[in-house]
Amino acid sequence: MSRSGLLRSAFAKDPGGGLFLILLAATGLLVSLLYYVVPETSALHLSGYTVTLLAKYMSYAMLAIAVDLIWGYCGILSLGHGAFFALGGYAMGMYLMRAIGTRGVYGDPVLPDFMVFLNWKELPWFWHGFDQFWFALLMVLLVPGLLALIFGFFAFRSRVSGVYLSIITQALTYALMLAFFRNDMGFGGNNGFTDFKDIVGFSLQNPATRVVLFLCTTLALGASYWLCRRVVSSRFGRVIQAVRDAESRARFLGYKVESYKLWVFVFSAVLAGIAGALYVPQIGIINPSEFSPANSIEIVIWVAIGGRGTLYGAAAGAVFVNYAKTYFTAALPSFWLYVLGSLFILVTLFLPNGIVGAIAAIRQRGSK
Amino acid sequence: MTWKSRAARLIQIITLTSSLLVSWSALGAQDQPLSAVLQQLPVASFAEKQDLVHRLAQSGDPRARSVLAALLEGNLVARGADNHIYLLNPADGRLRDPISSEDAGVAAPEQLVKIGINNQLRKTLRVALAQFDLASPDSAIRLGAVKEMLRAPDAAVLAALRDRVPQETDASVRALMKSGLALADLDSEDAQKRLVAIEALSGSLNPDVFNRLKEMVEVRPDGSSAEPDATVRAAALRTLRSIENARTFYSSLQTLLFGFSQGSILVLAAIGLAITFGVMGVINMAHGELMMVGAYATYVVQQLMPDYLGASILVAIPVAFVVSGAVGVAIERGIVRFLYGRPLETLLATFGVSLLLQQAVRDIFTANNRSVVTPQWLSGSLEINEALAITYNHLYIIFFTFAVFFLLLLVLRHTRFGLEVRAVAQNRAMAKAMGIRTEWIDALTFGMGSGIAGMAGVALSQLTNVGPNLGQSYIVDSFMVVVFGGVGNLWGTQLGGNALGVVNKVLEPFSGAVLAKIFVLIFLILFIQRRPRGLFPQKGRAAEG
Repeated sequence: MSRSGLLRSAFAKDPGGGLFLILLAATGLLVSLLYYVVPETSALHLSGYTVTLLAKYMSYAMLAIAVDLIWGYCGILSLGHGAFFALGGYAMGMYLMRAIGTRGVYGDPVLPDFMVFLNWKELPWFWHGFDQFWFALLMVLLVPGLLALIFGFFAFRSRVSGVYLSIITQALTYALMLAFFRNDMGFGGNNGFTDFKDIVGFSLQNPATRVVLFLCTTLALGASYWLCRRVVSSRFGRVIQAVRDAESRARFLGYKVESYKLWVFVFSAVLAGIAGALYVPQIGIINPSEFSPANSIEIVIWVAIGGRGTLYGAAAGAVFVNYAKTYFTAALPSFWLYVLGSLFILVTLFLPNGIVGAIAAIRQRGSK
Repeated sequence: MTWKSRAARLIQIITLTSSLLVSWSALGAQDQPLSAVLQQLPVASFAEKQDLVHRLAQSGDPRARSVLAALLEGNLVARGADNHIYLLNPADGRLRDPISSEDAGVAAPEQLVKIGINNQLRKTLRVALAQFDLASPDSAIRLGAVKEMLRAPDAAVLAALRDRVPQETDASVRALMKSGLALADLDSEDAQKRLVAIEALSGSLNPDVFNRLKEMVEVRPDGSSAEPDATVRAAALRTLRSIENARTFYSSLQTLLFGFSQGSILVLAAIGLAITFGVMGVINMAHGELMMVGAYATYVVQQLMPDYLGASILVAIPVAFVVSGAVGVAIERGIVRFLYGRPLETLLATFGVSLLLQQAVRDIFTANNRSVVTPQWLSGSLEINEALAITYNHLYIIFFTFAVFFLLLLVLRHTRFGLEVRAVAQNRAMAKAMGIRTEWIDALTFGMGSGIAGMAGVALSQLTNVGPNLGQSYIVDSFMVVVFGGVGNLWGTQLGGNALGVVNKVLEPFSGAVLAKIFVLIFLILFIQRRPRGLFPQKGRAAEG
């Protein structure tokens, strides 16, 4: 089959996803052109701030896709996915901290500033290896993945499900937040990591680096959408949807429900970790508030607003809510929580399938 | 109580007794030393005054006590005209004769010369007064006197104390005397005396005793120690160990009490949840904010009745119950009832409510913390002995929690409303078929759970800052308590909350507060894996829903 034929058939199967990917590719190209090629004097030039903002939305969209994969398709409502995002971010942050080298305020070649400040004499064991980029990348995948594996193994094996699972995932991220707030944990306490200088030798302030990072984020978002789409339309995907709809029945049919849940949970956690790792170098800061339970619940509302069980809806919801947040926190700061709170209530009451579901319903009514 | 106010009270008592005494004892020979001393006072140097004070103290004359007290307070004056000594009443400026207790009218201030004292005299005076007070019929006054005397124990003071011991009837005063005397005996030259003193000190919880004994047995770098005698040293070591044991015991008792108190807060926060979550199967993420509403209600009540701070907390309890309950009913009627059977959606919608409530409070009361005043009867602490004390607010919270808990049990078990609540929880359709207005019951149950959250807020306002984030810090904990205790089981909640509180407090000294909390959370996460339905799982049909 020719390449265009493949694309067309994919498009026919998943029109929303096709539209999403095309939009994404267009955004990626257009933004890089407007930011990097169009000169600053032109009215069409995009500021670095806008690019950073878009990169933030995209990493959030990726996180939303990860949550939608387990909530929308497997019925696991994780209220702690922010923890995996933050862990990925911290792993990347550790590399970026080591990459600062002697350019820190204290100029210590090995120890990051906050350790010198705390009067530490040598690097804690878990900081070794983070001077290598490949090692950091490995940890971005491994740390969230392993935590999800261990946590999920125990949780799913003892059949903790429904709201109980939601509550203990919330407790997990809460415990991690408390832990990361501690100075003697060795992760910079409540200041976290910031003041990054460069990544694999390229300055983070350099427009070229920014464009490359932005394109990486776009690619990663597209790739994670594509991967998740592959997962949910595979045989594995149909089993996890069966688990969502009738867990006992799937079990009685002979499927090992626990393993299915576990693997989709781990996969989702790794995706969240990658999203976090992409977020940190572009935003330039990571701190323990990323672990706060409220953050994780907010992710769920992105998915709910966009429309769960659609993947692209989750991504759209993330962008929509975060755009609204950017707008309101600048224009009417005290108003934002009212908007967000009302969104939570109105969407669950009146838009159970989110925006995507509402559009589909309208179209269906139109075609009748 | 400061020594000053204590002394002031003593003066009142003594003046009264002394005036009574004077009325029947004729002016006789025993007035001689008193009047002689009083004549000398205005002209004496500080060193001479020291001697005079001793003579007054030894006279045992109750009238001498009021003279000494006035001297200490700076109310003993000499009238310029005749250099006669008078007691000055600072309130109305009237003079009184110290010997006859007769009123001597008023005098212009420039006519009066105050009898001056210095710091050393002040100390002597305090001890002298304490010696007088040892004879007081009030054991609290005697206890204060002994404490005062032991602050500067010299030979005379110790002799006075030793004389009093056999006559002392109150056990705690006697114990304090004995331990004070024994402590002094530790400095004795006689090893046998030291040995006896050490034996007497076993079981004392006084930190001074502990430190003194520790000093005795401490081995110096050159191998010697403060105590030369080996037998005495061994005895001291034994006593030290027994004291250490007692102190460990009391400090663990204290940890336990504080753990119970912290657990009670958790229970208070969680029983409201246990109702909405356990009985109704509704996850109410706004529960913490309902506590916050209760705390702000306390603040408002206090602002409305600034003259009755003590009562305001008591008034706030029903007010908070009603306010938070009303908000709860509104949440149920407006949102939750459309989402029954969809717990995850309920969770999200009520989280939205919590955001709205937080921002509303921020807009009304600003984002700054509001301070709720702790009334007199809730501040301070109950000292059981020298190693065990618990603050009243922590103590009352334990009682309050139990009261709320048993009231709730009573309502659920023995009222028609409680019966209907349980019926709806067990089988909604059947309850409806039996004529129970399930919608009405749902709203009221939710309102009751919310109202209890409001009362928890009143308790919290006494412990932490009242701010818009008050609820958030408790929501995860209270969920964990409900899940740990077993959903739908109030006893489980009670036990679970207290267990978590105690474990938290026990871990705290080893690991610090934050780490203790993390450990507890990890333990809970593991526990839920082992027993997904909590300590006391529901059995039967209700468990399957």
